Amino acid sequence: MSDLDDFRAETRAWLEANCPQSRRGAFRGFSTFNYWGGRKAVFQDEDQQLWFERMRDKGWTVPEWPVEYGGAGLDKARANILQQEMRRIQAQSPLQSLGIWMLGPALLHFGTPEQKAEHLPKIARGEIRWAQGYSEPGAGSDLASLSTKGELKDGQWVVNGSKIWTTNGDKCDMIFTLVRTEPDAPKHQGISFILIDMDQPGVTTKPIKLINGDDPFVQTFFDNATAPADQVVGPRGKGWDVTKYLLGHEREMIGSSMTNSVTETVSSVAKAKLGADGLKADPGLRIAIAQHEMESWILGIAVERLKDMGKAKQFSQFSPSVLKLMGTELNYRRGELLMSIGGFEAINDLMSEPVHSYLHAPANCIAGGSNEVQLNILSKRALGLPEL
Amino acid sequence: MPLVLTEDEVMLVDAARGFLTKSAPVSALRALRDSGDTLRYTPSVWGEMAENGFIAPHVPEAEGGLGMGYAAAGLIAEQMGHTLAPTPFLSAAIAAELVVQVGSAEQKADLLPKIIAGNLIVGFAFEEGLRHNPAGTAVTFKDGKVSGTKKIVLDGVGAKLLIVVAATDAGPGLFLVDPSAAGVTVRPLDLIDSRNAADVDFADTPATPLGEVGAAKAAIARTLDVARALLAAELLGIADEAFDRTVAYLKERVQFGRPIGSFQALQHRAARLYARLDLTRGAVLKALRALDEGDKAATMLCSLSKGAMSKLAYDVMVEATHMHGGIGVTDELDIGLFYKRVRVASELFGDAHFHTDRIATQAFGI
Repeated sequence: MSDLDDFRAETRAWLEANCPQSRRGAFRGFSTFNYWGGRKAVFQDEDQQLWFERMRDKGWTVPEWPVEYGGAGLDKARANILQQEMRRIQAQSPLQSLGIWMLGPALLHFGTPEQKAEHLPKIARGEIRWAQGYSEPGAGSDLASLSTKGELKDGQWVVNGSKIWTTNGDKCDMIFTLVRTEPDAPKHQGISFILIDMDQPGVTTKPIKLINGDDPFVQTFFDNATAPADQVVGPRGKGWDVTKYLLGHEREMIGSSMTNSVTETVSSVAKAKLGADGLKADPGLRIAIAQHEMESWILGIAVERLKDMGKAKQFSQFSPSVLKLMGTELNYRRGELLMSIGGFEAINDLMSEPVHSYLHAPANCIAGGSNEVQLNILSKRALGLPEL
Repeated sequence: MPLVLTEDEVMLVDAARGFLTKSAPVSALRALRDSGDTLRYTPSVWGEMAENGFIAPHVPEAEGGLGMGYAAAGLIAEQMGHTLAPTPFLSAAIAAELVVQVGSAEQKADLLPKIIAGNLIVGFAFEEGLRHNPAGTAVTFKDGKVSGTKKIVLDGVGAKLLIVVAATDAGPGLFLVDPSAAGVTVRPLDLIDSRNAADVDFADTPATPLGEVGAAKAAIARTLDVARALLAAELLGIADEAFDRTVAYLKERVQFGRPIGSFQALQHRAARLYARLDLTRGAVLKALRALDEGDKAATMLCSLSKGAMSKLAYDVMVEATHMHGGIGVTDELDIGLFYKRVRVASELFGDAHFHTDRIATQAFGI
């Protein structure tokens, strides 16, 4: 047996023994079912706590991060095996976190040794829950026109302004924030990426209620909020570079999550709900479902190809935009098809799964840079089409 | 195998592109079409393809072939899409596949070297209806003779051998027929892509079984998969080429005092096609790799690839023609030649509608 086979066998045995039954099963959306960590976190039940703590202690909340930062230092092959073995028993992720998905990669790439040592272990151990502060009421698609202002006074940053669409901002401890620190520089070059503690009088939040009844977003206000001078990631005024790197991560994640998070195919839902005879009586719906399955399959293969390209050190600069665009549009159609399959039942319950994805789909086409922004990126940078 | 090209594959692509650009550019297809030549391909170009090892490269080494796999065949087909090279490439790949699958040792030893060397053009006599239909056949085999009519036999004009699918008591069988034998009538077609194809009538025509009588069902299914994967690869090449030509035109054509490619209405439509091409090329390669690996999902992946590329290539051609404006609908511009080939290649061995239905039933059980 190879080392990898050994690792797989050990991992399988450990997961079998340590993942509580209640922590297994289909993905339930980004709800409180999953643990998000942070100073204000409360465990939903004993199993949630047990599962989180066991995984944390093995460094498997961030398996590929170095051990010194709370990870397990696994190479890509072992990390893939762990992921496959978790998927095999449908083990839920022990810790959901913007720190893991977004800030961590940015710190690993741009952070100082001190910043890494200070923040990464707390992310890995779920001690600090991070929020993302990008969009502003006046800066959405044109993100670089943001106006939240930061001034260095008496050895610390003083921040004033407001961020919007802060995901679960009321439950977070710290926020990585884009702040205009060089007001006289061209708009892309005057922005810094600053880490701000939200537990201070200068930071307040207000919830935003959505059409599906959820309120996962808040508006965040900075009123003379402060942060130590050394909490700038990357050089001062170069926050846009950090952001571009991170948005690449986010777009790829939004796009590929459209394939990964789906445990039930639309066709399996259709079969269960309508039966083979019901679908036969509805040939238009049947073909629409088949077309959706084909597109979904193609997207899954594209994600697989992107991973293979990464392993072969071939980088496809525009893949995040492609995946984001195509993945979110696919998700739109998925939501619509689930509503069609659900018929009169589906329109009668705001809390039902199909309604939830139906009403949530539009948000994905906007978040992380609207799909028109992705089309602009592809037109200008991938195709080299001229500016107007 | 990962969904990236190996070094050998990259070299093969470069070699094929170099050869086809020089020896079989789009202008050669146009010249051939305008000459009224009935063969509709250039034998000397076909001979050079043989010398380059481009004909049926998937035939295993054990059978005297190059053993380069279906991926290699697909990559060559893709490059042929770029230049619209009119050759009996697909017919050769199909014939070789059928012989490898079911041919007797003697038949393999006789036929495969000739096919690979480009010395024997073989037409696959399969279709009988108005559209692709792999279910059943009305052509019969009795007492050593076949009777009935086959449609759209690719490279049927001038072919030296036909492989005919006919019904036997033991199920569908494959039969070798000499086109010059008694009872054969070859009726040349005039396909819109200017390529060689014919309808063929058989009336008590002597036929020799390829392999054992009636054991051909799986081989036919497998060969259809291969043909679909190769056509999908060709469609990808055509779509990429037509798209690149269109983007170049958007940068060059000036209206209202600026290049039309600066208008967002056109930019976003072009960007959307770029995204779809970028996604779908993975599925094309995946189907070829699945054939090479004997993956049991290969059959559905070939349908996915062919169905998706038939639709996407058409969508690309609609935009390519439209974005070229008035010149786009003239015979003078090559875009029209790409448009016509896309229609034919889509129709062969199942279009998007056919494969969507097939996938619905067989892959998703709906």
